[in-house]
Amino acid sequence: MNALPDIKGAQITEASSVIALEDITRSFGLVHALRGISFSLVPGRALALVGESGCGKTSCARIIARMDNPTSGTMLFRGKDVTAVGSGTEEKSYRRAVQMVFQDPFASLNPVFSVGHHLVRPLKLHGHVQGRKGAADGVDALLESVGLDPILTAHKFPHELSGGQRQRVNIARALAVQPEVLVADEPTSMLDVSIRLGILELLSSIKRQRNLALLYITHDIATAAHVAEEIVVMFAGQMVEWGDTMSVITDPRHPYTKLLLSAVPDPYQPFVPGDSAQFLQHAEKIRQISRPSSDGIDKVGPNHFVRTLGKIA
Amino acid sequence: MNNALLQIRDLSVDYLLDKGVFNAVKNVSFDIGRGELFGLAGESGCGKSTIAYAITRLAKPPAWVAGGEILLDGQDLLGMTERALQVVRWKRIGMVFQSAMNSLNPLMRVEAQFHDVLYRHTGSNREKSRARAEEMFRLVGIPADRLSNYPHQFSGGMRQRIVIAICLALSPELIIMDEPTTALDVVVQREILEQVVDLQKSHGFSVLFITHDLHLMAQICHRIGVMLKGELVEVGDVKQVSRAPVHDYTKRLWGAIPSLPSMNAMERSPA
Ligand SMILES: Nc1ncnc2c1ncn2[C@@H]1O[C@H](COP(=O)(O)OP(=O)(O)OP(=O)(O)O)[C@@H](O)[C@H]1O
Ligand SMILES: Nc1ncnc2c1ncn2[C@@H]1O[C@H](COP(=O)(O)OP(=O)(O)OP(=O)(O)O)[C@@H](O)[C@H]1O
Ligand SMILES: [Mg+2]
Ligand SMILES: [Mg+2]
Repeated sequence: MNALPDIKGAQITEASSVIALEDITRSFGLVHALRGISFSLVPGRALALVGESGCGKTSCARIIARMDNPTSGTMLFRGKDVTAVGSGTEEKSYRRAVQMVFQDPFASLNPVFSVGHHLVRPLKLHGHVQGRKGAADGVDALLESVGLDPILTAHKFPHELSGGQRQRVNIARALAVQPEVLVADEPTSMLDVSIRLGILELLSSIKRQRNLALLYITHDIATAAHVAEEIVVMFAGQMVEWGDTMSVITDPRHPYTKLLLSAVPDPYQPFVPGDSAQFLQHAEKIRQISRPSSDGIDKVGPNHFVRTLGKIA
Repeated sequence: MNNALLQIRDLSVDYLLDKGVFNAVKNVSFDIGRGELFGLAGESGCGKSTIAYAITRLAKPPAWVAGGEILLDGQDLLGMTERALQVVRWKRIGMVFQSAMNSLNPLMRVEAQFHDVLYRHTGSNREKSRARAEEMFRLVGIPADRLSNYPHQFSGGMRQRIVIAICLALSPELIIMDEPTTALDVVVQREILEQVVDLQKSHGFSVLFITHDLHLMAQICHRIGVMLKGELVEVGDVKQVSRAPVHDYTKRLWGAIPSLPSMNAMERSPA
């Protein structure tokens, strides 16, 4: 179990976890982006974080990637409290261990550098390759591993690539550092389906081979099942349902999880003009009942937890 | 089809590079009828966005339209002066692009961005713009009191909905949506696209819907075109392309979609 019930103040940590969040909150003024988030990331395993747009997924990722600090709560790295920024060397080793692939491939590559340059830099910086030949081979291997043709791609600049091609470069760049933890924030949402599966399989195999702990953030609950052993469904800053992926997906208990599953595109159910109000009302009702804070957690399976509905204010 | 709103004839678009010419779009022809939802599918890099940019003539060098015609109501967009085109863009052809969520001005409140667009294209005053903005926010499911916020105060998905709202505010005849919901969760995606389908029916605009999610495309579009490496390899009615695809590539695209493991206690759509 690497998604834990968030029992306030309790120090529950999976012994083998590389990163653990305990009762993390993050507020932006009146917006409570995260409310009592607790889960841990384990080497060789993937945790999927799914939920509606704006529910706080990226806020979690930014805290783990040290781009933001929590309002309260604790973050552990190899069992050590790293909530507060530590010494220079500690920070450096943390930042090297935790790499991130962002949601938007358009914003995260530097327009003045070639694809090759984006990959050579981390390879050299972290001493993973020696010499010109080594660097070129390293770049080729990385590009091939993400399904790009090295000869066609290495010399290109970001603006010469399609959205999907850019995202693959981003994944290659994160892998160049050889991290322990990979936080992938919607890594495939801009990739076409025919490549999506390939990338997800790539992430899975890297996870196994390199014993990588993977946090896979997605709004595509169907892909979560292909990558992650465990899943956390978030709504409005709270974890509403979590545990074993197959258990959550095949036997959803929380109304929001059910809504999410019901909205997965189904080619045999075309949208009918005039129906939108009905779906909107249904979705809005479920959001309303799912939003209030609640401390109640039901254990509904060996590794399957559901938050009880809170009182509507 | 004579009453087509948009006719694309033998369109070829190249990228002129130091190393030579790259043919990104090769002799592509298709029509979008009035009130039609037309989908363009195909894998990453096949040229979908290049077509979208060519239609609105927003393609910048090194992109070069090497040949063909793009007719809106019979009028060739490729031959128009930039000035004439300004009137067409946004007012007649609305655009929601892949990275649209980053196209909002970070320094301007969202309300002001609505007014900016509405004033420029319709001469609207502040009061009218505010009312229209509130109406559009309701449409895309964001509380109207957040109109006074700045873009960074919204999540990526919310920003994308705002761009769609701004585009719809001008009631264009054709809306080009290039991966409009890739950054959104499936619930919000379905809410927005069901609304697009509804609004399309009530307002009668046409849509060019670009995505690589064939499942989603099949739920929305009347006709679908499938592209492979710059060529349009199959065009047809949604039923035909989804249930009886002719081209091997289309069949492969369908086979490659990650689907949910079967569910037992699953609620399908309401009622
Ligand atoms: N800097 C900020 N200032 C104010 N509010 C913020 C800020 N960053 C995030 N928020 C708010 O916090 C909430 C969570 O945002 P977050 O980006 O984590 O969502 P998300 O789950 O990643 O959404 P998406 O799927 O759309 O990317 C949103 O309501 C957002 O508006
Ligand atoms: N400015 C450019 N210079 C050179 N080549 C380019 C440029 N823009 C795009 N290309 C190339 O043209 C081809 C088509 O790109 P386009 O962006 O139209 O693809 P797409 O079908 O929209 O892909 P995606 O689904 O990834 O968005 C790609 O192979 C891309 O590498
Ligand atoms: Mg996000
Ligand atoms: Mg594109």
